[in-house]
Amino acid sequence: MPSLPDVMTPDVERLAAQAPRGAPTASHIDPHLAGPLVEFLMRTGDNALILGHRVSQWCGHSPALEEDIALANQALDLVGQCQLWLGLAGEVEGRGRSADHLAYRRDAAAFRNVLLVELPNGDFGQTLMRQFLFDAFHIELLRALTRSADPRVAEIAAKAQKEVAYHLERSADLVIRLGDGTDESRARMQAALTYLFPYTGEMMHDDAVDRALADAGIAPLPSSLRADWDRTVREVLAEATLTHPGQTYQHGIAGQGGGKRGVHTEHLGFILAEMQFLQRAYPDATW
Amino acid sequence: MYAQLVKSEGAKSREEMTPEEIAFQERIDRGEKIEPKEWMPEGYRKTLIRQIGQHAHSEIVGQLPEGNWITRAPTLERKQILLAKVQDEAGHGLYLYSAAETLGVSRDELLAALHSGKMKYSSIFNYPTLNWADIGAVGWLVDGAAIMNQVPLQRTSFGPYSRAMIRICKEESFHQRQGYDIMMKMCAGTPEQKAMAQDALNRFWYPALMMFGPSDKDSVHSAQSMAWKIKINTNDELRQKFVDQTVPQARYLGLTVPDENLTWNEDKGGHDFSEPDWSEFFEVIAGNGPCNAERLNARVKAWDDGAWFREGLMAHAGKAEARRRAAQVAAE
Ligand SMILES: [Fe+2]
Ligand SMILES: [Fe+2]
Repeated sequence: MPSLPDVMTPDVERLAAQAPRGAPTASHIDPHLAGPLVEFLMRTGDNALILGHRVSQWCGHSPALEEDIALANQALDLVGQCQLWLGLAGEVEGRGRSADHLAYRRDAAAFRNVLLVELPNGDFGQTLMRQFLFDAFHIELLRALTRSADPRVAEIAAKAQKEVAYHLERSADLVIRLGDGTDESRARMQAALTYLFPYTGEMMHDDAVDRALADAGIAPLPSSLRADWDRTVREVLAEATLTHPGQTYQHGIAGQGGGKRGVHTEHLGFILAEMQFLQRAYPDATW
Repeated sequence: MYAQLVKSEGAKSREEMTPEEIAFQERIDRGEKIEPKEWMPEGYRKTLIRQIGQHAHSEIVGQLPEGNWITRAPTLERKQILLAKVQDEAGHGLYLYSAAETLGVSRDELLAALHSGKMKYSSIFNYPTLNWADIGAVGWLVDGAAIMNQVPLQRTSFGPYSRAMIRICKEESFHQRQGYDIMMKMCAGTPEQKAMAQDALNRFWYPALMMFGPSDKDSVHSAQSMAWKIKINTNDELRQKFVDQTVPQARYLGLTVPDENLTWNEDKGGHDFSEPDWSEFFEVIAGNGPCNAERLNARVKAWDDGAWFREGLMAHAGKAEARRRAAQVAAE
């Protein structure tokens, strides 16, 4: 069986189920788990990469100098985390692909980030709301990963957790202040929430990859993070005087869709066209 | 430089000075630092506001040409280095606006002057970054030229400005090194990469020389600013130093400086070189450079689009304060 990332198919569930019957070998890991682990590391790394890309688009264009600085710093954290996650993904995969190779030479269908992080920046409120909804999940994921049975995973998570704790502190604070600000700022934050909320469920939706890693104690079941995510979101929205959207349709869960399975929005192709341009146009160059 | 053509106020001869002004000048001559709460001539204050403000504006507008390549940086490491650099530049803007604020002008006032076109920023940021080697060239040449100017300004007479320069200079040398490192990679790379590097040098060489401003040998403004130690060297001195430093670096890269008249002059112990086209410089300063409209529009748009954000935060601060007071009253 080919290694998972090689297969440009959304049908990861089936592949993960097959993984125990002869997955790619890699050092330090039960060979049966290497496939799901690579998949998981790409999900986590791609979330950081694509969100970092979106955030970096604000550099020099944000509403205040302090925000320019904070966003550049946040993008820097996320790209740094992506480098660690994708670096480990390449190592576990054992086919000699580096973090750069994974970031710059995969096409959209091989990307595993959730749809939420690739959505357009919109106004600054939409960017902040997206950040908050993701940070509230990200921190719970990383906290759980610090207890991973795989020490390499635990180590990266411990480093990233410190950075993301600060991201959440900042994004939650701004959501509160802008929600409970002027009529206009509240309206903008509410509109952003309404638009983005249907993309949050995917983060906490389990599939076969997640179950395989949870059984091995390598990563938490995403659904096990929901209660804490939900509490953070409810508390912050209440303080922000924003209305929780309640139960809404959730993208990327039903059918064949969803970023975790490589079926993205139309936006990701453009992100990659821009991000990968030099590596694609000059494949023989080193930079 | 980041502050070009700064008009200096009130150039006076010793005979015209009041006793206060003489005492002030003597403090500067002794190398003392002037602090914000101390007496200073109005002309000194106004000139500094212009110079520090223009310098601050240059830092924040300077985010744009490099920011242009963040999303296209060719490796994850280059992306992180570039993000760190652009973040530094925004931080430099922040230190400098804070230094200017100690002179009694708010950041909002300075930004309003930038947005209305009343205040300028360095001419260099009105040139486009067209290929990846431009990011190398900007670090190498633009930050390199900035360092030439800012290292001596660490000794400037105004305390807050001097301290801002000391912090900034520490970061600028990292900026220049990362730029040169990009150039080395490009020059050791494929023929296409080498061509990009030469193209970048061709386009940035003269604009970099212009950063120091036209010759100020006979300028009264410069003489006054130098007496006040808010300008330490003449434009020509700095330009000469920059050329002498940069030419061997270009040679090491295997690149050709786009100047047929460039030669080593043994007698003066420096290079002879062509002046940049000063008519182009004045056009760029007047708003007619290749990117003036885009740069300024980007800043104005960021400010205007962000109005609701800033107002929202202010409104929240007001509400929080009112709640705090109400709680205090209830407790009493
Ligand atoms: Fe700077
Ligand atoms: Fe710099």
